[in-house]
Amino acid sequence: MPQLDVASYLPQLVWLAITFVILYLLMARLALPRIADVLAERSKRREDNLARAEQLQGEAEAAAAAYDLVLGEARDAAHARLAQSSEAAKAGAEDALHALDQRLGGEIEAAEAAIAEARDAALAEAATMAAEAARLATAKIAGLTVDAAAAEAAALAARKAQP
Amino acid sequence: MASPLKQFEIKSIAPMEVGGIDVSFTNSSLFMVIAITAITAFLVLGMRKRALVPGRWQSLAELSYEFVAGLVRDNVGHQGRAYFPFIFSLFMFILFANTIGLIPYAFTVTSHIIVTFALAAVVFAGVTVVAIVKHRMKFFTYFLPKGTPLYMAPLLIPIEMLSYLARPVTLSLRLFANMMAGHTMLKVFAGFVITLGLAGVFPMAVLVALYLLELIVAVLQAFVFTILTCLYLHDAIHLH
Repeated sequence: MPQLDVASYLPQLVWLAITFVILYLLMARLALPRIADVLAERSKRREDNLARAEQLQGEAEAAAAAYDLVLGEARDAAHARLAQSSEAAKAGAEDALHALDQRLGGEIEAAEAAIAEARDAALAEAATMAAEAARLATAKIAGLTVDAAAAEAAALAARKAQP
Repeated sequence: MASPLKQFEIKSIAPMEVGGIDVSFTNSSLFMVIAITAITAFLVLGMRKRALVPGRWQSLAELSYEFVAGLVRDNVGHQGRAYFPFIFSLFMFILFANTIGLIPYAFTVTSHIIVTFALAAVVFAGVTVVAIVKHRMKFFTYFLPKGTPLYMAPLLIPIEMLSYLARPVTLSLRLFANMMAGHTMLKVFAGFVITLGLAGVFPMAVLVALYLLELIVAVLQAFVFTILTCLYLHDAIHLH
């Protein structure tokens, strides 16, 4: 078995020591720091990006809040404007209605007065006609001459006595 | 046909001697150099773009880093950070030595007990030094776990000491035996393929399956060696 050849041990040990020490130095000084650098750089980059994403998200949230605030203010203002104008319109309509009411009331009153006047006139006319008729009838039938004014007064009294 | 063990022979490529010590450059040395060159090329060339979004090669390089870093973090804790380059070198060395050894005609550095034992001895000595420097005399309480009745001490202390001292042996034997057995078996079945002629397709199929198995074993044993190193280091730092 070649593994038990003691004469071969020394050169193997010497070269193992040489190569392993060289390997250790190459790894510790050259290869591993490079890999560690790249890995650190990558994790730093990732953390930076995460932090940046977080910051951007915060900004977006603030913008959304500001937008909501402005929107709410505008909505309130619009509501107030709407209420105000509807109030004004209502008041205007009431005024107009009132004026119309008054005008119509006046006209009705005037009309009623005219009607009453016409009726009074008609009644007066009727009394005059009745007195004249009665005076003429009295003159014809009884041969009495009745004063026109007395006849009219009597007619009016008679009409008043009759409900 | 050559013996299945012939593949493990150490052949000198350039005989050298320094102060009476044989330091010949052998096939074993060659594959150690190939392994560390391949590891360095794999990592340094893979990372040369330093891309923020890694490509396939860079992903593999980063994956090996993060794999071992995770192993150290989970099994040793944050105090293991200082030992990470060593554990990483150990893992990559064994992983590359094991897998490069599976290439036909290649030599498997880790199929020699002296190599695996040297690695395990370095781990054992290092872990023990870390423990003694960190805990001074308290380190020896490791051999008598807390809450043990005192009358058990004469029995327990030798057992604990034995299991502690056996660590480098088991650690090195496991890797060495796996590598040697796998390669020997591959060679035996390869021999069957040649000697059986046309019927050699059957051992050939077995050979393919065995090769896949050995590939898994090569990675797994590198992982086992590394995780046991991490656990020993954890014991040294935290004393149970």
